[in-house]
Amino acid sequence: MSKHTSNKVDKQSSEPVERQVVLPFKQSLAISFKQIRVRFFRSLITTLSLVLAISFLSFVRVSNDVANGLLSTGDPDFRRQLIRAGYDLGPEDVRAETNPKQRWIVILSILVCVVGIVNAQLMAVTERFREIGTMKCLGALDRFILRLFLLEAGMQGVVGAMAGALIGGFFSLLNSVIRFGNASLTHVLLSDVFFSMAFATGVGFFLSLAGVFYPAIIAARMQPVEAMRAEH
Amino acid sequence: MLNEQSKALKGELTEAVERKIVRVSQVTKTFKLGKVDVQALKGVDLDILAGRYVSIMGPSGSGKSTLFNMIGGLDKPSSGKVFIDEVDIAQLDAYELAWLRCRKIGYIFQTFNLIQVMTALENVTLPMIFGGMGNEAAIDKGMELLDLVGLGDRYQHKPFELSGGQQQRVAVARALANNPAIILADEPTGNLDLNTGEEIIALLKNLSWERKVTVISATHDIKMLNVSDQVIWIRDGRIEKIEEREDLTISVGSVGERW
Ligand SMILES: Nc1ncnc2c1ncn2[C@@H]1O[C@H](COP(=O)(O)OP(=O)(O)OP(=O)(O)O)[C@@H](O)[C@H]1O
Ligand SMILES: [Mg+2]
Repeated sequence: MSKHTSNKVDKQSSEPVERQVVLPFKQSLAISFKQIRVRFFRSLITTLSLVLAISFLSFVRVSNDVANGLLSTGDPDFRRQLIRAGYDLGPEDVRAETNPKQRWIVILSILVCVVGIVNAQLMAVTERFREIGTMKCLGALDRFILRLFLLEAGMQGVVGAMAGALIGGFFSLLNSVIRFGNASLTHVLLSDVFFSMAFATGVGFFLSLAGVFYPAIIAARMQPVEAMRAEH
Repeated sequence: MLNEQSKALKGELTEAVERKIVRVSQVTKTFKLGKVDVQALKGVDLDILAGRYVSIMGPSGSGKSTLFNMIGGLDKPSSGKVFIDEVDIAQLDAYELAWLRCRKIGYIFQTFNLIQVMTALENVTLPMIFGGMGNEAAIDKGMELLDLVGLGDRYQHKPFELSGGQQQRVAVARALANNPAIILADEPTGNLDLNTGEEIIALLKNLSWERKVTVISATHDIKMLNVSDQVIWIRDGRIEKIEEREDLTISVGSVGERW
């Protein structure tokens, strides 16, 4: 056996320096998935603020869809109920707008959520300095590291945002039924609700990626020695 | 037995042309700590021949790890040059450097540095995957290497389920993954007890012998001296002396008193 391997070594040593190092996408996906599974609790907490912000966004959007559904019937009763419920409807308006106060709360909650994600991801990156340094010593390129973090955040983002959109949509519909009765369900356009929830999911996914981008770049740019030393 | 081995190795090496696998030329390294400059290396010249087992000895803070990071392409010298196989590593771009780290050099650390979320086998196969080997082939080779270091039956275990010595064995297997020409080990036995440390040293020595890998190892560990073909003493950022195996037995007696 030693003969066999030593031949290989000799052959390899005489190769000039080449440049091809790879990490197939499937492998990156597997590694990222493993990271999430192992740090499940941590991932859950990182995702929780996203779930909250997105469910709020979804709640507001779906409520708006319901209001539009009710308005489209042309029934003045619904119009009165909606105005009493806080919708700012002029006599000529045929579509309900999210009221500015709600819009601000949504924007604020999203901001808080992004700050939370950046913070949590910075911590996650710091925690993993040694691991990143080790991977770089094994030949990982900057973009392997970047991709691992983006994939991880992307997976968390999709799951968290979908959960948020569903939760928000569900409570919005529940709230409408309580306020305006079953009519709110019969008149709302399902396609609108679906679109609103898809929109909320998309926003959540994007936020999750945006939040990890800066920490991931820091991680990827790290020189192996710095990374190894950092934890001491 | 080790003695015989290294005598035979010497013979073989002189038969073949003695290739300088590592050449360090006039290397200095200065760290800036605020306004203070710490000069960790003050001009080091060093040739290391292929296939040897070289120990770098020196007191704490003498610059061993710093020199290591230079040789391993993990850090850049402040001045001077490092050649691996006569290639100046300062001239390499990011891709070539990654390739060098992946294929030419295997690293072993004092703190093992296995990836915690991966099993022993996955740790060993990771460099092969970076190196472009297919999954199946990587798994076969990974199992072969784990068998080689005596951990064939623990391949599914995560690092925290393994003892320090076992983790270091996995790290040795990982370092061998892409048949590197050089293994760099910075205090590989620093976190291990006496017996386990000796086992790792024996393992490294056997590997260097069987696979003709150049092993460069920094250490405080006097046990390392017995297996070394060459010992480089460094002190205060400079090479104090370089001893060949023959000279070594003479001075080993006095070593114990110094450290
Ligand atoms: N990143 C750094 N910033 C500042 N000074 C550093 C840094 N790394 C090393 N040094 C200094 O360089 C000198 C050599 O350090 P080095 O780690 O190379 O020593 P060593 O021989 O490996 O010691 P040990 O046996 O304790 O590991 C020390 O004086 C140390 O303080
Ligand atoms: Mg050191």
